[in-house]
Amino acid sequence: MTLIEGTLILLMLVAAVATSIFKDLISAVITCAAVSLLASLLFYLLDAPDVAMAEAAIGAGLTTAIFVLAVRKTKRYEE
Amino acid sequence: MRKAVALLLVAAVGAAFGAILVHIPFGEDKIGVANHYLQNGLSETGAANLVTSVVVTYRGFDTLGEVTILFIAAVGLGALLFSEGKPRDEQPKDEASLIVRTGTNLLFPLILLTGVYVFIHGHLTPGGGFQGGAVIASGYLLLYLAWPQRRVNRNRFSAVESLCGVAFVVLGLLGITSGMGFLANFLPLGTRNTLLSAGLIPLIYIAIGLKVGSELAGMVGDLMERE
Repeated sequence: MTLIEGTLILLMLVAAVATSIFKDLISAVITCAAVSLLASLLFYLLDAPDVAMAEAAIGAGLTTAIFVLAVRKTKRYEE
Repeated sequence: MRKAVALLLVAAVGAAFGAILVHIPFGEDKIGVANHYLQNGLSETGAANLVTSVVVTYRGFDTLGEVTILFIAAVGLGALLFSEGKPRDEQPKDEASLIVRTGTNLLFPLILLTGVYVFIHGHLTPGGGFQGGAVIASGYLLLYLAWPQRRVNRNRFSAVESLCGVAFVVLGLLGITSGMGFLANFLPLGTRNTLLSAGLIPLIYIAIGLKVGSELAGMVGDLMERE
């Protein structure tokens, strides 16, 4: 494991924990997208470009938009 | 109290998984079927991208299942939103800024082209039907963000999606009629590393790409247009 991969994994963990802690759901969605984006970078570094593309396009792109639209239709803050 | 029990449960499950995972030799080629794909994938399927040969040929039936799951999810979302409300009234809504609109005009054709490129070249370069479809859908998302009040013809999305789903199954059934089994690669494999190679794989990936693209774009449209 190189330094870059370790840093990416660490940042992913931070973002994932932040996702579960945030009460503001929009912030949670954004950190969730950060997890996907970092995961796609990691996949690319691990020589898995197919998975990296899927993760970037679906995980970081479309899912985020769909979550944001869903939050807009429901409630923004978790009780 | 509840938190302590939850933490204990999480720790127990984590320990159990950890104990199993320790014994799995990751990164070593011990699995026979993976070795078979690596050694014979190119000659058997003609696809330079081995991932594609696994996704479309060796595990084609799984891919059909994935496409079905995505279809059910899209139908479920549509049903959920349809029961809740009618299409949103034509209330005047703010347009996006000039920068977003101009950028969308410039980028939308390029995004669409990239998506089509990704799934047409699925058997040669990284990517494939799902990735290309997602890229196309994100192009439509950009369109919706730039002009929130504009309507896209959704019947066309549905028609493309249904046609491509049927095409996928029909291509699979043609494999049975050729005597090689469901989703078998019955077309000639052609020259390696050219666009017209790998037999059935590009056709199936075009169907999957268009289907996933129209499906996801329709989902985004559902969420944007119905309140």
